[in-house]
Amino acid sequence: MKPPLFEYRAPRSLKDAIALLAGDPGAMVLAGGQSLIPALNMRLASPSRLVDIQHIEGLKGISVQNGRIVVKAMTRHRQLELSDAAYRANPLIREAMAHVAHVPIRNRGTVVGSLCHADAAAEMPMVLLATDGSVVAEGPRGRREIAAEDFFQFHMTTTREPDEIITEARFSVLPDGAGWAFEEFTRRHGDYAIAAVAAIVDKTAGRVSLAACGVSSRPVRLKQSEEILAKSGLGSDALKAASEAAKEAVTAPDDMHATTDYRRHLLAALVRRAVEKAASRTK
Amino acid sequence: MNRGTIRPRLSATSIDPKAAVALTVNGEAVSAEVSVRMLLSDFLRHELGLTGTHVGCEHGVCGACTVIIDGVAARSCLTFAVQASGAEVRTIESVAAEDGSLHPLQEAFRDCHALQCGYCTPGMIMNILSNLESDTPMDLSEEGIRDMLSGNLCRCTGYQNIVAAVRQAADALASR
Amino acid sequence: MSTRAFGSRVQRNIDPQLLRGEGSFVDDIPLPGALHVGFVRSPFARARINSIDVSMALAHPGVAAVYTCDNIGDLDLEMPLLIPHPSMKDARTQRPLARGDVYYVGQTVAMVVAVDRYTAEDAAALVDVDYDPLEVEIDLERAILDEAPLVHQTHANNIAAHLVQVSGKPDQAIAGAEHVTRVRVQVDRSTAAAMECRAVAAIFDRVTGELTVWDGTQAPISVRGGLASILKLDEDKVRVIAPNVGGGFGQKVLLFYPDELLVPFAAMHLGRPVKYIEDRRENFVGSTQERTQIHTIELYAKKTGEVVALRDSFLHDTGAFIPYGIAVAQVASTSIAGPYRIPNIWVEFKAVYTPTVPITPYRGCGRPHACFAIERAMDQLADDLGLDRFEIRRRNLIGEDEFPKLREGLLFADGLPVSLDSGQYHKALEMLHDKLDVANFAAEQEKARKAGKHLGLGMAFYVEGTGLGPYEGGHIKIHPITGKVYVNTGLTSQGQGHDTVFAQIVSDQLGVKVEDVILVEGDTKAFDWGVATFASRAAVVSGNAIHKSALIVRSKTLTAAANMLEASADDIELRDGAAWVKGTDRQVSLAAVATATNPLRYAFNESAKAATQFAPASRHDGPALGEGQAPGLEATDYYSPPCATWAYGVHGAILEVDPEICSVKVKRYVCIHDCGNMINPMIVEGQVMGGIAQGIGGAMYERIEFDTDGNMINANFVDFLVPYATEVPQVEILHLETPSPLNPLGVKGVGEAGCIPVGAVIASGIDDALRPFGAAPFQHIPITPSMIHAAVAGG
Repeated sequence: MKPPLFEYRAPRSLKDAIALLAGDPGAMVLAGGQSLIPALNMRLASPSRLVDIQHIEGLKGISVQNGRIVVKAMTRHRQLELSDAAYRANPLIREAMAHVAHVPIRNRGTVVGSLCHADAAAEMPMVLLATDGSVVAEGPRGRREIAAEDFFQFHMTTTREPDEIITEARFSVLPDGAGWAFEEFTRRHGDYAIAAVAAIVDKTAGRVSLAACGVSSRPVRLKQSEEILAKSGLGSDALKAASEAAKEAVTAPDDMHATTDYRRHLLAALVRRAVEKAASRTK
Repeated sequence: MNRGTIRPRLSATSIDPKAAVALTVNGEAVSAEVSVRMLLSDFLRHELGLTGTHVGCEHGVCGACTVIIDGVAARSCLTFAVQASGAEVRTIESVAAEDGSLHPLQEAFRDCHALQCGYCTPGMIMNILSNLESDTPMDLSEEGIRDMLSGNLCRCTGYQNIVAAVRQAADALASR
Repeated sequence: MSTRAFGSRVQRNIDPQLLRGEGSFVDDIPLPGALHVGFVRSPFARARINSIDVSMALAHPGVAAVYTCDNIGDLDLEMPLLIPHPSMKDARTQRPLARGDVYYVGQTVAMVVAVDRYTAEDAAALVDVDYDPLEVEIDLERAILDEAPLVHQTHANNIAAHLVQVSGKPDQAIAGAEHVTRVRVQVDRSTAAAMECRAVAAIFDRVTGELTVWDGTQAPISVRGGLASILKLDEDKVRVIAPNVGGGFGQKVLLFYPDELLVPFAAMHLGRPVKYIEDRRENFVGSTQERTQIHTIELYAKKTGEVVALRDSFLHDTGAFIPYGIAVAQVASTSIAGPYRIPNIWVEFKAVYTPTVPITPYRGCGRPHACFAIERAMDQLADDLGLDRFEIRRRNLIGEDEFPKLREGLLFADGLPVSLDSGQYHKALEMLHDKLDVANFAAEQEKARKAGKHLGLGMAFYVEGTGLGPYEGGHIKIHPITGKVYVNTGLTSQGQGHDTVFAQIVSDQLGVKVEDVILVEGDTKAFDWGVATFASRAAVVSGNAIHKSALIVRSKTLTAAANMLEASADDIELRDGAAWVKGTDRQVSLAAVATATNPLRYAFNESAKAATQFAPASRHDGPALGEGQAPGLEATDYYSPPCATWAYGVHGAILEVDPEICSVKVKRYVCIHDCGNMINPMIVEGQVMGGIAQGIGGAMYERIEFDTDGNMINANFVDFLVPYATEVPQVEILHLETPSPLNPLGVKGVGEAGCIPVGAVIASGIDDALRPFGAAPFQHIPITPSMIHAAVAGG
């Protein structure tokens, strides 16, 4: 399990990095490497060139501005998890982060890297989706913001163009007074979710955001459930209907970790628990 | 091959492109030309001869290869040596005192019988050590310690004695 | 006399070295200029090889050699069948590199040797093999049907072995039974997953003609024997060393894996050190596995619950080859009646070839399967008869006065009839009952149910035949310079702490500190009589051999010291590294005694002077060594057990099932355990806890998954779920110590104990928790959330 040969480049500027990506259709971005290097070691990926972005100016740090938590590309999971500013702005992130693999992986792996890897069972893409977040892509054709809803296409596939670098992710801050919750089930601690749910309950706006991962080919918003709760409130009947409706989001076939039947059952339970918990945290 | 046979001529080194790396390992400056694809685990073990760092899965699940990079625990099998250029790396070889006397964490492992085959032990120690040294306070409840240990597989001990060793080491260090 | 080391919680000698990162595992051995091996492995479960083209790989820069079956000379053979048995006909074993056909995904087809492992993997991908894939059947029950494709044309219905064993008169007893309980149970495939994968390195010194092999094996002496015979070398020119080994659990006892032959061969052929460091994926697809069995077990009982006869028929998956013979199935079949009196037994198995990784023993070796079958059946019988699970066992456990309990007709893995030698089974059961507070559990369970929580109590009893022969040896020498005691045996250690427990045995006899006893094992140059580390046998077999040798050395020391101190041997005591005249301060160090018993010419140090020819104490009236005398304080002796000695235990757990999430949380886990006299309770507990953790893996997490084409789809640690600390419960262990009557130390084995009953305990507990749902009993492990969901939804 040793990686195949590649050309290694470590540019100092974003411009150079984009040029290096654009110049080789087989090039890939290397940030923390916690998803990419296992794939290389197993020879599931064989990029001709790796563009290491760790030395590029301006790709580090976290800031909270204009209702957004902006996470730059080289920000490690653990940095975001421990950021008090990010926690104050949206505690859902820290709560979810505790479920992303293990601390030594979070110490190296980047948040944006995880978003770009876009595993359908990964927690952070789901959180981005639940918070109506977005990413910023920069490439030879300029800079664009891509909404989470449009970014995740399929398991390990996003709308990032091969010559683009995602320079930052933008999570929304939690609306004033809103409650939040993250519920996940894994067979083993730190593993990818069998199913997980992120919930934000904003009673003031009469709005519930629900996203799930592990249940489909990409993280999904549970729109039907959201609508039921927005329309019928958070009573037990509505909750039951909403969690029943969530089952329809499960498209994952039976796999070695769970049957589809079980995933449907599990997702419904997690939705109910997440909404209850989030509702209890509203102010 | 018997003594009369002419030894075959074999190529001596790989043709991989090399890159220069310069880093600090266990407080010592190290520079080398290495293949760009060489994993940090292989660099430490086979280029520097620090074989205390073990390799258990090479896909980041078992934690046997855990070292401390710039103050935090990390998988050396999921890091290229070239990525670690400029970094400060610490391995198991740096933990005991110069004269070989054990660090309180190592003492605790011995006292509590927290190791059997010893293969996962260096990775365990480096992970725990990074937590003991961290500014973030440790959760020393049973659940907290087990959570901290998750990410390091041990196939021999059943973990119970490792949990006890963490507790003992934390106490010993707190009372110093 | 200082405190006895035997029975004490002595810290391990090996720990400081391992803790400092100074272990010496195979890949740590410095071999300058070493070449590295990468394998080309079959991507098909069953295929015919039309051609292999190695030209691209050979031309790849950095490649030294590429081997196929056509250029490995004498190694192109079917590897040995290690344990022949009449139940197998024409047993099939693997070739180091495939010739003509491949039989499982992962089978070695070609071997690349290159300057480093990276390059070897590059080149392995360039070897072009043209295959014709063949039909396969992976499912064990379908594999024996007439229409199933054959793994080997030689074996109809894929049956590799068939054996029926009978004890007592089952037909008669069955005819008279008042009740029958029938249960079908299944245990799925797992793997040892030691933290260190297998590794082999070799160097051939063409000047001396010596081949040195470092092999992470459990059986170096046998590996040497095989290498010498296959490579046609003098045994004395082959040295096999098992250095520190990062866990074994049985997987490393098989010989030969292809690499164990090919690496030494390549080192000789290329004149350079060669090493193969198996990676994790290769460990999954290339190293042996275990566990899949499907039992149909019937208990014939009286209405009182007393079981009068047992019938069990099971299928055993042996994978594509059967190099270790029927060992796993045989141990399962002979352990099937567990700790119960059951006087009449009929047990049958069929070992079945499937085109998958071959099967050899993995910690437990058939015992967990047998335990799962009998214990699930006992629970069911209790249910059927309206009895409590403890009560049904009380009525059937072998009583203390019934030992030895012979099961005539059942031949154990050592070829000898099963004879359970000793135990306090009833007492162990009551200890569990008390410790788990079973009496009050029903009320607690009821209360929890009202609060919406589903608690369950699970329990299972097990027995473990340990300490199998044929024999092991122990060599002891007191070093004349340092006075330290050197001990050798033919075993290897993979973390069991041999260097400490054997030192404890010696320490008591020779009055030296445990840390002054230095064990060297796993090196054929140090000691080359013996078998291997397997079947929970080290403490029993080598332990007693070393004990016997220690007694001889003790006696020699007493005689020599008495001579030097001018006292009677009866008045000498050995303590603190010296021989003392009892009740006086007159003493002589063991180093000095060892030196004095070795007649010398040259006085190379102070105490050596006393042993030179003109020293006052030397003999001047004849030869320095009398007839039959040997120099120094040294002895070698052997221990060959009369039969296996049977350890046992009973485990219980209280767990909580969340029927909504379908998760299981083990809240308490209690183990009552008896392995006879404990040499080091700390190490015993470590073995038991580690075994339980593996058992938890087998009960709920670890299953090797094949698709219908025979591809292993979870050949990695992401999807094959070895438990972390977060999945393993805290374990409470209580000991009983019923000495084994079979050996001088009164010890029984402990290595495999912990893992044996866990699957049955967890299944029993989940059953109990989910009783209100009418969920069908859980008779299949590992139990997954999906299975719990299906049971709850279907109940």
